[in-house]
Amino acid sequence: MRTVDLIEKIVQVGLGLAVFAAVIGLILFLADKAPKKAKDVVQLVVFLAPAIILLAIGLIYPAIRTSILAFSNKAGDLIGLDNFAWIFTQPDAVRVVINTLIWVVCVPLISTIVGLSYAIFIDRSRGEKFFKALVFMPMAISFVGAGIIWRFLYDYRPAEREQIGLLNQIVIWLGGEPVKWLQTEPINTFLLIIVMIWIQTGFAMVVLSASIKGIPTEQVEAAQLDGTNAWQRFVNVTLPGIRSSIVVVVTTISIATLKVFDIVRTMTAGNFDTSVIANEMYTQAFRANEPGRGAALALVLFVLVLPIVIYNVRVLRKQKEIR
Amino acid sequence: MASVTFDKATRLYPGSTRPAVDALDLDVADGEFLVLVGPSGCGKSTSLRMLAGLEEINDGRVLIGDRDVTDVPPKDRDIAMVFQNYALYPHMTVAENMGFALKIAGVSKDERATRVLEAARLLDLEPYLGRKPKALSGGQRQRVAMGRAIVRQPQVFLMDEPLSNLDAKLRVQTRTQIASLQRRLGVTTVYVTHDQTEALTMGDRIAVLKDGVLQQVGTPRDLYAAPVNVFVAGFIGSPAMNLFDVDVVDGGLKFGTAVAKVDRETLGATKAKKVTIGVRPEDVKVATSGAGLPVNVDVVEELGADGYLYGHSEIDGKRVDIVVRVDGRNHPSAGDKVFITPEPDHIHAFDTETGLRLTKKAIEAK
Repeated sequence: MRTVDLIEKIVQVGLGLAVFAAVIGLILFLADKAPKKAKDVVQLVVFLAPAIILLAIGLIYPAIRTSILAFSNKAGDLIGLDNFAWIFTQPDAVRVVINTLIWVVCVPLISTIVGLSYAIFIDRSRGEKFFKALVFMPMAISFVGAGIIWRFLYDYRPAEREQIGLLNQIVIWLGGEPVKWLQTEPINTFLLIIVMIWIQTGFAMVVLSASIKGIPTEQVEAAQLDGTNAWQRFVNVTLPGIRSSIVVVVTTISIATLKVFDIVRTMTAGNFDTSVIANEMYTQAFRANEPGRGAALALVLFVLVLPIVIYNVRVLRKQKEIR
Repeated sequence: MASVTFDKATRLYPGSTRPAVDALDLDVADGEFLVLVGPSGCGKSTSLRMLAGLEEINDGRVLIGDRDVTDVPPKDRDIAMVFQNYALYPHMTVAENMGFALKIAGVSKDERATRVLEAARLLDLEPYLGRKPKALSGGQRQRVAMGRAIVRQPQVFLMDEPLSNLDAKLRVQTRTQIASLQRRLGVTTVYVTHDQTEALTMGDRIAVLKDGVLQQVGTPRDLYAAPVNVFVAGFIGSPAMNLFDVDVVDGGLKFGTAVAKVDRETLGATKAKKVTIGVRPEDVKVATSGAGLPVNVDVVEELGADGYLYGHSEIDGKRVDIVVRVDGRNHPSAGDKVFITPEPDHIHAFDTETGLRLTKKAIEAK
């Protein structure tokens, strides 16, 4: 870029900002000068308008539109509950729902148990920070990146060629034949689930570890003097002490799992019976040209997530009352 | 119930060169109420935690009864502890908190309920048995913590500053309650506090610690009447004993323009020209004129019946702060100059160098 161009660009940016500031300034000035009676209302409108407009464009309109779409066919005619009937009757679609349920049971449960055990195991050990970083690291990797990494791990080459996938290489070392992991149903779904667990365990571990440290030492010592062994202390002191954190962790992971898309998309694209609701939503709406079915799937997903969110908020509020 | 013995028990924290508790030798008799007292950082809490098993014992032994518990984990020591912040289990009700140890020990539900109710009656906690600790006041929580210890019927009670989170009035009430409760139950008790008033009022015997070293053990009367060194002399008693250096002269001690006559025994066998003397505020005579140590009155604290006169004087060019107990109705006022002389029979004398008491003789307060 030439210097002249650069200067020109900077001037343009500066000009743009100046115009923006002038417009905002004018609006605020006018709002301030509004007649006394209507002042509150005018100011309210001026300050709320940007947020409401953005919400309307980005959230409210799409939500209404999706709801209408969910009850429409390809041509845009309202067809009642047909799209939902398709989801819960067509074997392929039912499979998607079942897969999603498998995900949402396995991932939060295993991530939380593994994360919690790890947090307790390394608590107050030497090198705790290092061990924590080790498990937390996957949280920093995007789902797509994680999907690609693990696809290499599961990679298949015919037996006569050299394997690049770790899993198949191990199978060969053990004297077996390489397996097309990601195409073998039903194990492929569980192999994808492992990727999600790998990511979410770090989150569970960090949150629960912080929560464990929040339990007063004296409580643990009092329990020691009350004659408890390590397991009884865990059940009677640690677990009740971190209960609300566990709820937050489980619900947060559940919500993330229900919405999982990237991992499935990058690793199998939902083929070989591995699709989940979010992935199928995309496939139906943009690949199969069935926006109605996609929208219906989106609504189902929303209905599944909603109670978890409500429960989460209520637990948090209750916790606040106790404190 | 059992006695407790510290046998050269030592605790050295990793990375530290000076032991937090240095070769502590202490015997607590069966049923006795022993108070460990000292300024913060003196090792009193550490000693208690060593007895509880919450702190490692690096050297020496700790015995409960005849049993060496040095390497016994806390859960097998049969002791109950009341923590400063009570350490109640927040998710359990008062009854569950009190019955928890019994539940762990496998005591039947019926017996548990009986024993919890019994302890609750003793502590006026009956109406609160169904409540969670969060719904209780500070004093009630303190009583629950006591109840949790009582229900266990342990060999030894350990109490780590259990009153320091209460307000002043409640502290005085609870102090008496705990002391009388302990006497009624007859359980050996080791009680830690930094408050010497608490120590004097509650303990059968008091052990004074400083920098991890035991200074003196004795009844409250022993400690008050015959402190073994300058530290104990200054620590026990409120307001603190007046301590300053004076010259030894013919026939006694130089006290400003006066000479305080002391018998030979008070000074022991010392040949020193100077000694540190201690005079309690109540053992000082105040006069508006005459011989004595001139004192400028800074302030007089009115306490109703009595008052305390705070002033300063100069001995050999060094400023010395003086506290004197005076009559509540009739006393000098701030800004006055008064002359003080000690009651000759009530002078504690210490070696200026070592700070040790020069005589075995105990000095009784008037």
